[in-house]
Amino acid sequence: MNGIKIVVLAKQVPDTRNVGPDAMKADGTVNRSVLPAIFNPEDLNALEQALRIKERYEGVTVTLLTMGPVRAAEIIREGLYRGADDGVLLTDRAFAGSDTLATSYALALAVHRLAPDLVIGGRQAIDGDTAQVGPQVAEKLGWPQVTYAEEMHFEGEKLIIRRRLERGVETVSAPLPLVVTVNGTAPACRYRNARLVMKYKYARTDTELQAESSDYIAAGRSSVRITEWGVDAIGADPEQLGLSGSPTKVKEIENVILQAKESKRLTSSNADVESLVRELLENHTIG
Amino acid sequence: MNNLFVFCELDEGRPADVSLELLTRGRSLANTLGCRLEAVVLGSGLDGIENELFPYGADVVHVADDPVLEHYRTLPYTSVITGLFRQEQPGVALMGATSTGRDLGPRVSSALHSGLTADCTSLEIGDHYVKKTDTTYKNLLYQIRPAFGGNIIATIINPDHRPQMATVREGVMKREIVNRNHRGELKKIDVASFIRPEDLAVEIIERHMEARKVDIKSAQIIVSGGYGMGSKENFALLYELASVLGGEVAASRAAVDAGYAGHERQVGQTGVTVRPKLYIACGISGQIQHTAGMNQSGKIIAINNDPMAPINSIADYVINGDVAEVIPKLIKYYKANAR
Repeated sequence: MNGIKIVVLAKQVPDTRNVGPDAMKADGTVNRSVLPAIFNPEDLNALEQALRIKERYEGVTVTLLTMGPVRAAEIIREGLYRGADDGVLLTDRAFAGSDTLATSYALALAVHRLAPDLVIGGRQAIDGDTAQVGPQVAEKLGWPQVTYAEEMHFEGEKLIIRRRLERGVETVSAPLPLVVTVNGTAPACRYRNARLVMKYKYARTDTELQAESSDYIAAGRSSVRITEWGVDAIGADPEQLGLSGSPTKVKEIENVILQAKESKRLTSSNADVESLVRELLENHTIG
Repeated sequence: MNNLFVFCELDEGRPADVSLELLTRGRSLANTLGCRLEAVVLGSGLDGIENELFPYGADVVHVADDPVLEHYRTLPYTSVITGLFRQEQPGVALMGATSTGRDLGPRVSSALHSGLTADCTSLEIGDHYVKKTDTTYKNLLYQIRPAFGGNIIATIINPDHRPQMATVREGVMKREIVNRNHRGELKKIDVASFIRPEDLAVEIIERHMEARKVDIKSAQIIVSGGYGMGSKENFALLYELASVLGGEVAASRAAVDAGYAGHERQVGQTGVTVRPKLYIACGISGQIQHTAGMNQSGKIIAINNDPMAPINSIADYVINGDVAEVIPKLIKYYKANAR
């Protein structure tokens, strides 16, 4: 499909997969500040799918769309290094505290303004694991959705998509416009391209530029801009954003303190291991 | 009005385990709320399906039986469910956190502007007081789930929007027949009145469903490995121990993410919940996201070289040592002592 416009939905997330010993505070709670912020893994799979379509057809553009704080521009640069054409950062205090539904409302308005033919995102983000934003954006746009995609290609005007389900594989055919969410089993994203890193390493949002030194701007290295949109740019109703726009509320957060049991402490000595095995055999836990 | 609805998914024409588990939990929640338990089934050729749901305590079974609903597709299913929910105004709606439920749930919640909480590990009924407006919300659904990689447990509520929606993974709730002879009311859904032609835009070309290959849920003994196993090669030790003991191999999410084992072996909030007689946790630190899926095990042995690992506090036996050294010893002494 020549000339189509693709928007890739991406999120910057704390790397919850690598919560090491240093990430836990003395009281057993997580020290979020030491967790690195990364490009959500399945959103990278989604970007790869978009870049493959861009390679295969003429005049395809790929725009990254992310919502988050100013620092989330980092993942837009990461996407540019890998082959995206441009990026939009949705950032505004009014978005803070949004649940998946309020987030989807804002993203859908931004997608509407970008007017793509195809939206591709990761199945879910590793900080919440909800897998809700893709389908909710699709519903807000009034478009069909295809979730858990592993592979896709065009046949005529239709996208043929292989979906990975819990118990098998399903292939569907879907017309555009469409929202697709991509599974982690899809091909990994390509690496950064050195030429693109040179081209985009000084790409900045307006807010980032203001925060950086004037010398830096004087050096003229800021030729590439990352678009930054707030509530007004997408014409959002503030009532439908943030806490007021979120049907779900967090009633209570409990830090996890595991209930201690009387445990028998053993060493790896032969005597200890053998006595354990005998005890388990005697009480018929094993054998 | 304001009853508790369970979306009942089918697995090869029979109600899926997770749906029966949700009916069981739904029955007791409905009793607390003093409302009816209503099941919803969509599919094709469903004659008599209601008889498989009534014994779990369903007061009403809504059946949408139509060839276009034979296999799950997002849009026709969404149109039927949202149409029905607009008519019936459920107070609570539950679905399995399956490929289907996780595709359908968010679409329906967005269409109805109601909140949805994914992958709950517990559902309770309780009140909520808002100081600012001095309002007490009675009998809300507490949707309880680990969050942030399992380091916190969050209780989520939807005070102002209905239905209060939640998805729950298979195996998290118990499944129990209330009364084999219980019969309720069967209501046929007028499918044609809900489905629009554009709902059929996405077509299924091919489906290949596989029988479940690995079944850690029904294993009596589970040998489970975490990121601390260090490599896929070290996982071979676990298979050896499991085969000697007659058990299955499972893994933590970190081990699955690292590629040491397939997702079908993952135990925890985003994997499978297991209750074996014996759970041997090897090189697993014990994030709540993992322990939520195994803390009901009969006996737990933790093998790791971190005396402070959270898993140790729920283990019956803690072996402080290197897994690569301890596991071969367990195999050796088992073989030496077992008859």
